Amino acid sequence: MTMDHPAGVDLQALLREANVQEVLDQLDRELIGLVPVKQRIREIAAYLIVSKARASLGLTGAAPSLHMSFTGNPGTGKTTVALRMAEILHRLGYVRKGHLVSVTRDDLVGQYIGHTAPKTKEVLKRAMGGVLFIDEAYYLYRPENERDYGQEAIEILLQVMENQRDDLVVILAGYKDRMDTFFRSNPGFSSRIAHHIDFPDYDDDELVQIAELMLGQQDYRFDDEALAVFREYVALRRRQPHFANARSVRNALDRARLRQANRLFASGATVTREMLSTLSAADLRASRVFNAA
Amino acid sequence: MRITQGAFSFLPDLTDAEIRAQVDYALSRGWACSVEHTDDAHPRNTYWDMWGLPMFDLKDGAAVLFEVNACRKAHPGHYIKVNAFDSTRGVESMVLSFIVHRPADEPGFALVRQETGGRNIRYTTRGYAADQPAGRRYR
Repeated sequence: MTMDHPAGVDLQALLREANVQEVLDQLDRELIGLVPVKQRIREIAAYLIVSKARASLGLTGAAPSLHMSFTGNPGTGKTTVALRMAEILHRLGYVRKGHLVSVTRDDLVGQYIGHTAPKTKEVLKRAMGGVLFIDEAYYLYRPENERDYGQEAIEILLQVMENQRDDLVVILAGYKDRMDTFFRSNPGFSSRIAHHIDFPDYDDDELVQIAELMLGQQDYRFDDEALAVFREYVALRRRQPHFANARSVRNALDRARLRQANRLFASGATVTREMLSTLSAADLRASRVFNAA
Repeated sequence: MRITQGAFSFLPDLTDAEIRAQVDYALSRGWACSVEHTDDAHPRNTYWDMWGLPMFDLKDGAAVLFEVNACRKAHPGHYIKVNAFDSTRGVESMVLSFIVHRPADEPGFALVRQETGGRNIRYTTRGYAADQPAGRRYR
């Protein structure tokens, strides 16, 4: 078969055409740290562009498998990155609509016999043309109960992941150790997922930067003293149970804003723009984290 | 005799890509799609069997095509159609319906004449396929 193919393809032009650089830059700007993750996403984007270039030159090759697994501790940005991933895949033309459907075990597994299959299929249908994000995927598999309906959901998922590869991309997410166990007991999943991305924990500096970014987005800021106190807060909070990286930071900031509002009310004076947008050391000091230490 | 009912029925059969394009159009208008099938495609038979529930909250036509293909597999000898329902208040009705699958052989309809009082004639149509009991038509 003779077909006219261009002699060469400009990769940079493909990149520009897809506007992917914009999303990658945004990722760099808005996500602090996560260097290995950004590296992997860049690699995947490059790989997809090369696949596209190969296809346009008539080189054969199966459509790249895009199912991924995101592992990492709570609050390390798995969902946020999944959203961006949907955007990147959409711009590169690997998913048609680019929406993200985020589900957990409850949305997939039914409560009685015959309930699971329609439920799982409905979720899969909603996700078609986009990305299906399964948070805490290991809950699907409960080895201690052999009659658990999770297994049925897994079978349907695997089947659709294999047969409808053009229609949807599945991203599994969860804690590292439990995901590893999950993949070991479900080798079908492991082999169908091409990209395993591990999300590292943030260090203290990164968490402070994240806090400043979050505040900046909501037109708040720390004063100098508060910044130092927050640094201290992060170090203390890390040592306490249920530490969830950026999510703990967000909760701490929410509570600080609550206290700031309370403080402004109590002061009774007229408030200025400056006062309304500044979180002070006192707003942070009141946290139970400091009492416990 | 080729049955013509619903949209596009005077055109050649839609390809899968064309079906998806039509469904994508319906979804872009916010209509919910459903799949129905029957082995009794009499023009007055408005009650086709539902293939699953109507599908709401879809973003992409691939999902409807997925169900159409599942239905084709289960009922290769049936008529299958895709409906689009507009739930806008005041409309709340089917706004698009088209056949996406038909049996290989369509025997068509007979014109039945019935003599009534005063040498009047009543006419009715009856599908040849309907002579067979349900489930054994269109083999």
